[in-house]
Formats: sequence, structure tokens, C-alpha cells
Amino acid sequence: MIRHLANSRRIGAQALSVALMLGHATLSQPAFSQEAPSVKLTLKNHRFEPAEPHAAANKPFAIEVTNLDSTPAEFESKTLRVEKVIAANSTVSVQIRALAPGRYRFFDDYHEDTTEGFLVVQ
Amino acid sequence: MLGALIIVFREVIEAGLIVGITMAVTRGIRGRGYYIAGGVAAGVFGACLVGAFINTISSAFEGVGQELFNAAILGIAVVMLAWHNVWMARHGREIAAQMREAGEAVRTGASTLMGLAVVVAVAVLREGSEVALFLYGILIASAPGSGISLLTGGVIGLLLGACVTVLTYGGLVRIPGRYLFGVTSVLIALLAAGLASQAVGFLEQADVITMLPDQLWDSSNILSDTSILGRVLHTLIGYSDHPSAMEALIYVGTLAVIALLMKLFAHPAPVARAAE
Repeated sequence: MIRHLANSRRIGAQALSVALMLGHATLSQPAFSQEAPSVKLTLKNHRFEPAEPHAAANKPFAIEVTNLDSTPAEFESKTLRVEKVIAANSTVSVQIRALAPGRYRFFDDYHEDTTEGFLVVQ
Repeated sequence: MLGALIIVFREVIEAGLIVGITMAVTRGIRGRGYYIAGGVAAGVFGACLVGAFINTISSAFEGVGQELFNAAILGIAVVMLAWHNVWMARHGREIAAQMREAGEAVRTGASTLMGLAVVVAVAVLREGSEVALFLYGILIASAPGSGISLLTGGVIGLLLGACVTVLTYGGLVRIPGRYLFGVTSVLIALLAAGLASQAVGFLEQADVITMLPDQLWDSSNILSDTSILGRVLHTLIGYSDHPSAMEALIYVGTLAVIALLMKLFAHPAPVARAAE
């Protein structure tokens, strides 16, 4: 049910973006490259790399976190409103809403002392 | 060691409080110990399963399986708590009468025992799965020697969680019987509202709910909800240091719905009862 809803919404969004692209293809090229921008992070030896990733303000995006350690982690950020467990040697992706410019702190809840990072939104 | 202790303790506070409250609510019912112990055991078992299959859960539903899973089990707890309150609103009068006659402790019906056992299981499962993953991480990754110390910290954290249960129970049962029903009703309604808004938080994270996403306030400088006190209030009254407008709306809405249901299904008027 929920998957169905999410799918139909995604299809709706795709149809919309296709329509937009068709309408503006000749006018604005960048529309193509704006599909689902994503910030990639890796976690190794309980440190985030990069520790200060950048993202564009005022548009939704995804954060993809890959945990290269042999222990589970919990990607967490109060200000980004994210709390998600990442098993060892695996990747999760979280959708982030459109954000105002600023610095957003994130960390691995299981190793908060070594894993602090900031997402810089401009 | 202290780090591990704090991480584990922070996770088990919620379950500890909930077990304490359910024990106080069910005081005097025959067999409640089995139900609650069964709930805890089922929760621990479930937590280990969730920990073991976290990858499968994460990748389900196009990557938002974890969020949907958390929201679903929180939703179950909310329904069970609401049902308990409604049931008590309906039968509270009989129970009060029984108490006066027999001088017994407050009793809730055995029919809500199962519901409360489910609440306990869900609370233990949700927080327990994070503890299980954390402790598992310690076990496989630590250098020889330091693992023991970290694990000791974790175990002490778990024991402190059990102390929270004892304190909550001990505090609640001190309340005189005639007030206990009122106090626990309010406690359970607030608990349910807090859990409902947590569920909404997960649905927002999964991008299932996208309305009213704006953060209402940020009080993490005053009282962080990851601090011990913040965590306790987070469970008891649903305190959040950075709620979205939707979470706040669901919180208030849940309280209103529970209050309305309690009123609607309240015991028949005294006149009608006298004729029975």
C-alpha cells in the first residue's frame, strides 16, 4: 500500500519532470542534471569522509552513506531529522527535504566522539 | 566503558519507563507478571532478529524499510495504549467499586493485559535492536581487552535501565489508589501521543509524509533530547527538541482522539447503572 503510494507519487513526479523537460528542453539545458542530486559519504575507521560535504540550498536531495567498517553504525542528525542504522559494509540512502543555507551537524550515534561531520548547505 | 554505558542506558530508558508504567497499571492482576515478562522476552528476541536482519529490513520498500518498520511498530503501541485507556474509561467505575469493597489494589481487566504485553514487547524491541547492534559491534571490533570493558559498560547500562523500571513502578504505586487511575490514564495518553509523533517522524524521514515539514523550534541548547533527562521526557511526554509542525499536530491530534474516545466509551451514566 505504502510502496504503491510512494511509487505512484514517484511516477507522478517523473511525469511532471518529463513534461517540464519537454517544455523547456530547448530553453534550459541544466534541467537534465538536476534529477536527484545526492551527497555521498563513507564511514571508515569511525570517521566520515568527507567530514564537510556540501549541498545546494532550497532543493531536496539524498544522502548516501556507505559504512566500510565491520561494525554497525547509526547515521544521525538532529537538524537534518535523520536517524538510520547502517549495517557493516553496506550502504543506505536517506531523502533530505529542501534546506535553508547553514551548517548541519551529523554523526554516528554509536561513535559520536570520532564521527562528527557537518553538511554545509549553500 | 562509560561511553558504552551511556549509549546503552540512553537506549533502554524508554523501554524501562514503559515497563515500569505497565507494571503499575496492572498491579493486582493475577498473571500480569507472566504477560509482562513474556512481552520483555518477545521484545528481546525480536530485537535480536531485527539486529540480525537489519540489512534486509533496510533495503525493503526501496530503501525505507527501516523507517516503515519503526513507524509500524510504534503505531501498534499507540493503538494498544489508546485501547487500554478507553477500556479503563469504560470499566474504571466497576474497578473503583471493587477496590472499595475488597480493599484490593487497582486492577485493570485481564483483557487489556495482552495489549499492554504487546506495548512492552514493542518498546523493548525498538530500543533493544539498537542496543543489540551496538553490543554486537563492540564484540566483533574491539581489540582484546578493551572489549570486556566496553561490554561491562553496556551491561551496567542495561542494569540501570532495569533500575528505571523499578523507580517508575515504585513511584507510581505510591500514588493513592483513587488517584492512580487518573494519573496513569494521563501518563498513557501522553506516552501514546509521543510515540505517535515519533512514528510520524519516521514516515517523514521515509518521505511518505511530506506535509508541514517545517521545524517548529530548536530547543537542543536548553534541553537536548539525547540527554538523560531529555530522553526521559521524550518517552513520558513526547518531548522533542526539534519537532516538525506535522509531529506536533499528530501529538495534539492523538491526545484529542484518545480523550474523545474515552469520553464516548465512558461507563454508562449512574442512573442507568442503578437500574442494572
